[in-house]
Amino acid sequence: MSEEKKLFKVTIDNITVDVEPGTSILNAARMIGGEVAPPAMCYYSKLKNSGGKCRTCLVEVAAGSTADPRPMPKLVASCRTNVMDGMIVKNITSDRVLDARAGVTEFLLLNHPLDCPICDQAGECHLQDLSYEHGKEGTRFEYQKRTFKKHDLGEYIQLHMTRCILCYRCVFVADQLTEKRVHGVLDRGDHSEIATYIEKALHNDFIGNVIDVCPVGALTDRTFRFKNRVWFTKPVDAHRNCPKCSGEAQLWMRGDEVFRVTARKDEWGEVKDASDGRPGWICNDCRFEKKDIKDWIIEGPTKVNRHSVISQGHYVGVKPQKDLLPEVMGGRGPKLLLDIHKVSEVNRPEIELSKIDGPAHSDDFKNLNK
Amino acid sequence: MGIKLLLEKADVEGIRSYDVYRREGGYRSVEKAFKTMSPDAVTEEVKKSGLRGRGGAGFPAGMKWSFLAKPEGIPRHLVCNADESEPGTFKDRYLMEFIPHLLIEGLIVSSFALGSNATYIYIRGEYAWIVDILEQAIGEAKANGWLGKNILGTGFDCEIYVQRGAGAYICGEETALIESLEGKRGNPRIKPPFPAIKGVWDRPTVVNNVETLAAVVPIINMGGEEYAKIGVGKSTGTKLISACGNINKPGVYEIDMTISVEEFIYSDEYCGGIAKGKRLKACIPGGSSVPILPANLLLKTAKGETRYMNYESLSDGGFATGSMMGSGGFIVLDEDQCVVKNTFTLARFYRHESCGQCSPCREGTGWMEKILKSIETGKGKMSDIDLLWDIQRKIEGNTICPLGDAAAWPVAAAIRHFRDEFEWHVNNPQECLTRNYGLAHYADPIHVPVS
Repeated sequence: MSEEKKLFKVTIDNITVDVEPGTSILNAARMIGGEVAPPAMCYYSKLKNSGGKCRTCLVEVAAGSTADPRPMPKLVASCRTNVMDGMIVKNITSDRVLDARAGVTEFLLLNHPLDCPICDQAGECHLQDLSYEHGKEGTRFEYQKRTFKKHDLGEYIQLHMTRCILCYRCVFVADQLTEKRVHGVLDRGDHSEIATYIEKALHNDFIGNVIDVCPVGALTDRTFRFKNRVWFTKPVDAHRNCPKCSGEAQLWMRGDEVFRVTARKDEWGEVKDASDGRPGWICNDCRFEKKDIKDWIIEGPTKVNRHSVISQGHYVGVKPQKDLLPEVMGGRGPKLLLDIHKVSEVNRPEIELSKIDGPAHSDDFKNLNK
Repeated sequence: MGIKLLLEKADVEGIRSYDVYRREGGYRSVEKAFKTMSPDAVTEEVKKSGLRGRGGAGFPAGMKWSFLAKPEGIPRHLVCNADESEPGTFKDRYLMEFIPHLLIEGLIVSSFALGSNATYIYIRGEYAWIVDILEQAIGEAKANGWLGKNILGTGFDCEIYVQRGAGAYICGEETALIESLEGKRGNPRIKPPFPAIKGVWDRPTVVNNVETLAAVVPIINMGGEEYAKIGVGKSTGTKLISACGNINKPGVYEIDMTISVEEFIYSDEYCGGIAKGKRLKACIPGGSSVPILPANLLLKTAKGETRYMNYESLSDGGFATGSMMGSGGFIVLDEDQCVVKNTFTLARFYRHESCGQCSPCREGTGWMEKILKSIETGKGKMSDIDLLWDIQRKIEGNTICPLGDAAAWPVAAAIRHFRDEFEWHVNNPQECLTRNYGLAHYADPIHVPVS
């Protein structure tokens, strides 16, 4: 007898969804999508144990569950907190969350250089998106930022620790994707750094994926660095027969020239599943060595639906973001509170403003009969 | 004289050795527990005693033990947290250095109660010589049949291992300690799951402070109910206080939590008054992480009642006018101390010890240190004080482990109670380099509204 799995009902920002038990709040919110999904700088669904570190996805749990409807006293990391049946979560409807998130954004930017125009990641940088959405205009930090020298990790990857926000994603990639770990974190606190055990020793077929998971410009592709700005290149889905990986990749092209190869990414900036259902990590051969259009079978233009700068180029199939505001506000959509023309005792409401020839003048409203 | 349970025999010559310790009545609790009690009965006694965790948070130890998951066929572990690194706290060091057998005895009884066949002492790396003392004590206990296979014919096996840390304050946090014990980088884990479900090597684990585990010995010897009669309210038993700072007699004292703060500082039995006849300005009553209190709020609560040395009274008034018992690191500041400098020193410590895993703590602690340094060196601005307040507010409660809170609270309390002194530093950038603000009004009686 197969018993039907009981689904949990969870309400996030007044929108209720049914999710399977064991789903995190973040993933439940991603099912709703749009602005209701909290930003995540360190969580990566394809990497085990990732998340919980950056604190950008903090949400308020207004009621723990139907059985125990007490609110949680602290804000919780939505990526590492599982939903309960009847849980009520507040994300963008909670001032506490928005305040904490602005704080975290400020903290992340303290030691991060604010030189996006000269950074290779600009345009596809998650921190850039985060600071547009939750950052403040000015900085209150009046001291020197921490700086590091650039390091070449082998011939393909460059590490610039100055830009790193210590999300640990690359450490998890090195741990979980490659056979021998040569990549980790040294030291602690704000002086800790991502480092290899012996510098320049990243010889591994899948280590190139650290570039894809890096949310900022700390790990970049040396075969692409400063060759082009990402928004000038056209993303194209393509595949090839690869003995090491699925061979399903995304080419970033200009004309017939392949500038860069990356894994295919979904709307959350994470690597998509390949057609065989496994995460579509690609190998170093596909990523760095196959820069000739003849190596690939082109499938067609990539459907970009991230809201970052990349989608400002006119790509095919850009999905506009769903407007969730009326739902989040519980039907009370934003509305014009006062129509000055109608309530004013000076203007005459029977005169249709659009019918006035040219700019409206006080003469237009003068009651000539008086 | 107050009641002494832990340090009762501390002055006996040669108590460090097994023979003297046994002659003075050591290992009676093991005999009693193993021969007359079941493991659950031991846990029940600890519950009845009302013993609260002595590491800082004050969580009831018996309750923590009863949360331990007991799945079939999976080993459980007891881990003793001897990573005492809080500035101002040195009580565990004293206990382990001079009466190591008391800890070993407590560990054996606790291991029996929890069913831990392999028990670990995770000791601070800087306590290098204490490792030798503990290992010698473990060796002596084993040679006399208190450890090893089939202890006292009960069929219970237990081994105790000592593991040295590598000098990180964060490894005093229980999940970071577990990571470090497993041989990994000492980063706190994200909870849940709690160690009671998934701890060392994903097995159910209890992590307790040295003093908590040592207190199990008198609890079993005298019975939980007798133990609970010592002290007041929910602060049962005795507590070790490591007193330091500007006092005549710094050291480790055992108190029964019924004496007032004033008595503790000024009586000859304990601290013996402020050194060199100066006046009391402020005090951090429970180790560097807890809020600092000015003299007037330290001796009397905001309601005008006498403040006592126990969990409830020290935290009376919440963080607005109270503090915490913490780990018992009692730091006294006299009228010549600078609160700004003290806060800067603490901020520097927390910046250095932040593990760097989560962003508010990693970035915020460094930022606070930089601002405090500029205020301390006369380069601060008035807006920096409000900025500090805003930063600590955004760190507190938003981090993975309590280190973020521990870094935020001292700064918050210093600004809350000593804002005048910060402002004086900003307004007198030259003068603040050559002299201190002094006692000011911090010892003046507080106005108590008549209700």
